Amino acid sequence: MNLASLAPLAVVLPILGAALTFMLIRHSRAQRAVSIALLSLTLLLECLLLASVWDGGTFAVTLGGWLPPWGIVLVVDQFSSLMLVVSSAVSLAVLVYATGQGMADGDQDAPVSIFHPTYLILVAGVSNAFLSGDLFNLYVGFEILLTASYVLMTLGGTGPRIRAGVTYVVVSVVSSVLFLISIAMVYGATGTITMADLAIKLGELDQGTRTLLHVMLLVAFGIKAAVFPLSFWLPDSYPTAPAPVTAVFAGLLTKVGVYAMVRTETLLFPGDSLNTPLMVAALLTMVVGILGALAQSDIKRLLSFTLVSHIGYMVFGLAMSSVAGLGAAVFYVVHHITIQTSLFLVTGLIERRGGSSSVDRLGGLAKLSPLLALLFFVPAMNLAGIPPFSGFLGKVGLMQAGVELGTPLAYVLVIGGVLTSLLTLLAVARVWNRAFWRRPSDAEHPDPVLLATPAARVTGPGAKPNTVTLLPRTMVGSTIGLVVLGIGLTVFAGPLFMVSDQAAHDMLDRSSYIQAVLGEDTEVPMVLTAGGGK
Amino acid sequence: MSINLTLLIVMGALYACGIYLVLERSLTRVLLGLMLLANSTNLLILATGGYAGLAPLYSKDIAAGDYNDPLPQALILTSIVISFAVTAFMLGIIYRTWVLARRDEIQDDVEDLRVAETPSFDAEDDAEVPAETSEFPLTMLGTDGHSVSNHSVSNGSFSDGGASNDGAAGTTLLAGGREMAAEQAASEEKPGSTNVAPGPEGGGK
Repeated sequence: MNLASLAPLAVVLPILGAALTFMLIRHSRAQRAVSIALLSLTLLLECLLLASVWDGGTFAVTLGGWLPPWGIVLVVDQFSSLMLVVSSAVSLAVLVYATGQGMADGDQDAPVSIFHPTYLILVAGVSNAFLSGDLFNLYVGFEILLTASYVLMTLGGTGPRIRAGVTYVVVSVVSSVLFLISIAMVYGATGTITMADLAIKLGELDQGTRTLLHVMLLVAFGIKAAVFPLSFWLPDSYPTAPAPVTAVFAGLLTKVGVYAMVRTETLLFPGDSLNTPLMVAALLTMVVGILGALAQSDIKRLLSFTLVSHIGYMVFGLAMSSVAGLGAAVFYVVHHITIQTSLFLVTGLIERRGGSSSVDRLGGLAKLSPLLALLFFVPAMNLAGIPPFSGFLGKVGLMQAGVELGTPLAYVLVIGGVLTSLLTLLAVARVWNRAFWRRPSDAEHPDPVLLATPAARVTGPGAKPNTVTLLPRTMVGSTIGLVVLGIGLTVFAGPLFMVSDQAAHDMLDRSSYIQAVLGEDTEVPMVLTAGGGK
Repeated sequence: MSINLTLLIVMGALYACGIYLVLERSLTRVLLGLMLLANSTNLLILATGGYAGLAPLYSKDIAAGDYNDPLPQALILTSIVISFAVTAFMLGIIYRTWVLARRDEIQDDVEDLRVAETPSFDAEDDAEVPAETSEFPLTMLGTDGHSVSNHSVSNGSFSDGGASNDGAAGTTLLAGGREMAAEQAASEEKPGSTNVAPGPEGGGK
């Protein structure tokens, strides 16, 4: 028995928490305590899981007493446990932030009581998707997290949220149907849906069938991951949700799609000929996404576009299918989850402090709240890839892998990546200049909150009976926590890069995964990888 | 034994109708389309189970090939439950859209800027909506209901607000190119609101 057999708890604990918080729906204090405690416990457990596979190795946990080719397996390897730890850390920070916001606003919004159970179910779905070693179980994980996200997206049921929610729900349901159709086709072609078993049996199919299945799965995951032609829904739907919800969506949901794409590419269809289309999609995702970001005046919307744009980097790393490229992509996913979430959390704080999230209305925030400025500046520079930070390291890793690959298309992507990085810098620098640096009176439509004289601000809250804390300590604290985690990724980038390279090596090799699930004596078919994994 | 051709044809027809309906603008039709898509996918999964066979209850007299494949049916059950939940949620959303906007349509939401510049229908602040949906003027004013419903809404809500909490609710300011109550104006600035206007006067064209 080792620690990895505790892996199902990563899914069970949040669901248990959801049930408990649902029972405590009238006791918001107990609800908060239970959800934070259970999520912390989950995080602790996942840290143990990561520690147990830190030096490599794959563990499979069979559920329900059915052996792997038939039953459901959960697989713990370096990549999945790394994703679990990061996703839980981020969702814990967002949960603390959300409870802080709820407490600061006096919990007057009734739907807040439904927030905790739904949020925990979302976390359970994400964990399930990361751990799943079975294609249909992956689908179930996706559906759990999507259904929870529908509720969170339309929390409160206001007009704009319902409008954005309709787009989101319909697009998500269509992508799920596509995924389900692909599963049915895969089952019809091979007679199994266990991924390790598929890894062997898909190789025995003829090329045409395999390409069809491959493309269908990639399209289904591409919608969820918001890869360029399929990314239209994201910037429209994310910004209207409440700030903590947007933050966790931006951090996690698209990354689950990327994770599924990585598994599809490396485990199910290694060495297939879709790397070129993937690279083109990656390039378009990067460039079109960031050009969209430049046109925005709303910070949340701008960040949603940068989110789409930076998915392109991950797809680029994946499409190289070399150890260096895939390792850099794994590192980049970890980095991007943390950074994008903290930026959205900071935007929530900006909205509270400055009264708006539109840069046309903001100004002078650096003077009003230097801490807020620092909290925005660090992750923003990190996102743009300014040298000391992890964003820079991840991008350098990707560029190196691209140059190593040496094909003309790879060079084009390297150039596109640098360009996207510069444009990201331009986008966040514009936000910085306008929202933080200029005088409030220079804003196009200055927010009344910013223009009030300092004296009026001091006496203002006293005069009103219901004061609202502008920057509650819990909200700022959890944001600081995430920003520090982002800096931590920079400081400990060495070990992290080592682990992600090793994870990439194991994923491209496949034998560790397949043998962990199907038994040590399984023969793993050799595959010629296009990128030539060294 | 043979493959059930009828089921396959039904599946194809369901897919065709489902895709057609999903492309419609009316939300209810989109929902019907999604339901058809989900059901035809269930038929597809059923078809992947291969030939019809005996119920998969183990008996040592029956050869392994005579059983039906139980796994696709387990998958179908799961997917039915999931599509049930999604359908229920969609119905909720459609009802909410109807309450807010009085229209069963997917509203224009293609691009931030285009929506922002279009003075399109805004769910919560359109003047005519509360007069139709809200029961309060009729029930609260009881006897004089008929004449109230003929009033413009801004008059009704202002007289209401003035009576209950003096002054606070009556404050108006200029937003989105027209005068509105202060607390409504605050919700105007949320991203995705159709009234966020980048024009110099804050008004739509």
